[in-house]
Amino acid sequence: MAARLWSWVDSRMPSLKQEWRKHAAEYYAPKNFNFWYFFGSLALLVLVIQIVSGIFLTMNYKPDANLAFGSIDYIMRDVPGGWIIRYIHSTGASAFFIVVYLHMFRAMLYGSHREPRELVWIFGMLIYLTLMGEAFFGYLLPWGQMSYWGAQVIVNLFGTVPFIGPDLALWIRGDYVVSDATLNRFFALHVIAFPLVLLGLVVVHLLALHDVGSNNPDGVDIKKYQDASGHPLDGIPFHPYYTVKDLMGAVAFLGIFCFVMFFIPEVGGYFLEYNNFIPADPLKTPQHIAPVWYFTPYYSVLRAVPPLFHSQFPGVLAMGAAVLILFFLPWLDRSPVRSIRYRGPYYKSALAVFVVAFLILGYLGTESTTVWGQFGFDAFFLDTKDRATWLARLCTVVYFLFFILMPWYTGRDEVKPVPERVTH
Amino acid sequence: MNDQKKIDRTRRNLLVATSVVGGAASVCAAAPFVASMWPSERAKAAGAPVDVDLSRVGPGELAVIEWRGKPVWVLHRTREMLDSLKAAEPKLTDPLSKASEQPPYATNEYRSLKPEIMVMEGVCTHLGCSPQLKTAEARAEMGADWPGGFYCPCHGSKFDYAGRVFRGAPAPTNLRVPPYAFVAEAGLVIGEDKATKGA
Repeated sequence: MAARLWSWVDSRMPSLKQEWRKHAAEYYAPKNFNFWYFFGSLALLVLVIQIVSGIFLTMNYKPDANLAFGSIDYIMRDVPGGWIIRYIHSTGASAFFIVVYLHMFRAMLYGSHREPRELVWIFGMLIYLTLMGEAFFGYLLPWGQMSYWGAQVIVNLFGTVPFIGPDLALWIRGDYVVSDATLNRFFALHVIAFPLVLLGLVVVHLLALHDVGSNNPDGVDIKKYQDASGHPLDGIPFHPYYTVKDLMGAVAFLGIFCFVMFFIPEVGGYFLEYNNFIPADPLKTPQHIAPVWYFTPYYSVLRAVPPLFHSQFPGVLAMGAAVLILFFLPWLDRSPVRSIRYRGPYYKSALAVFVVAFLILGYLGTESTTVWGQFGFDAFFLDTKDRATWLARLCTVVYFLFFILMPWYTGRDEVKPVPERVTH
Repeated sequence: MNDQKKIDRTRRNLLVATSVVGGAASVCAAAPFVASMWPSERAKAAGAPVDVDLSRVGPGELAVIEWRGKPVWVLHRTREMLDSLKAAEPKLTDPLSKASEQPPYATNEYRSLKPEIMVMEGVCTHLGCSPQLKTAEARAEMGADWPGGFYCPCHGSKFDYAGRVFRGAPAPTNLRVPPYAFVAEAGLVIGEDKATKGA
């Protein structure tokens, strides 16, 4: 019966089988994938989790400045299962960024952005940008203090653009301040526009990947050695081999996810900020305001740059550049090898210093600029005596030097000989 | 097969013309969608002036008034507060408020019509957060040389009692002074002054 039904479908729509073979049953992936290769499929899993939980949240959420905060309370207290659906969605937001950051770091470890996978990287970066927008729009919806003031700051970033800035910010808000109009349009963008773009980009990201084939921890080309039937000797079909492996990853991931969701959904104010449990008050900025953790490295860069020529635009430019410079990674990296396994001390130490600087920037962004006190001395070049600001400036310089000097240090690095075929 | 290679100029031109017109039409079709994101007529109408009763703001006290959805501060400055302005001057980015926004009648050392009444938009010129009053008593938190003023919790900008920004802060200019006027002895109206009323 099932076989007859299948042959009925297959004779009418053969592309179904063809696509399944092309992208799963006969997509040959290198056989030496390690731990770092879980995060691509996990990102896809989180995307599904967010879409499903998001659909159910919209059934009870009210995108109205007078009702939004209360409707979240209603979901948490009165809607059966509402609290779990909301915690799934809020934990999922942070999980999405954790997974995506690790997925991007994998590319930097093994040179997955290098030729011929530049387009895969660019589509990935576009996904990352869209995800940032999606997270930002979503964060306004609970209409708490952090929602409100976070949106106020980010929209005003656009207001610093010379000449058109103020009009641009007005157009984005749809009002002179963040208001009901802003909430309503952010809702539309969060639940319709950006998810559609995100899904489209994920499809393109995967199509681009499957055209050139996956990289691997050795960074070698597996298509060089093929068997009689034309399949790579070091490749195995994605299904069933990697579907099973990724299922194992998903089980472990969901275990951690559930632990966070059930026992520490706020994660000490990092996943859900405490100030957001207070309704938005346009007249009072909270004592301490910081974005959610996944934006804090860039937020630190913004804060670190002093104003020039009576304009804060340089800081905004630096923050934008810190994100956009990642797009150029495939061309900045001049190393003859892809994988960190065969790279020399220059790249290894540069990457290590970069990671430390990124983490410090991320930490400082969650704290106030006075967190580490002030220098005890005064000097003409000290425009601020806050120690944390100076450390953020140092880390910002390190962050940019990692990219700007990359052509130089990757080109001159000592590299080890790369094996012909993958190792284990 | 030969005539397939020859391009029919007329048809090609028609194709190009159709594509260009069609493309232009699609771009024009975006206009109502872009326009719909500007503030609505209702939002534009909601910007009326507000009245403040000054008798309720004692010396040293700060009142926060909502005007066009923004916080406007009315601070009744004491003698000490006014004296601290002079002392703060060497540490300021724009002590004479040359690069800052204020009505002409507030372009003076106190940035106000009357020295003791400060009227200021409580919106940081950096990215729009609302700074907080930190009097000289907050030295433990703000540093030993803090003369008193306002502190923005978002990005650490510091302002004196005239909304003038201290150097080293991310805010590029002093806080904005809205248009305002005194009516009778203890009344203040925010959002209109002689200039706007006359117009």
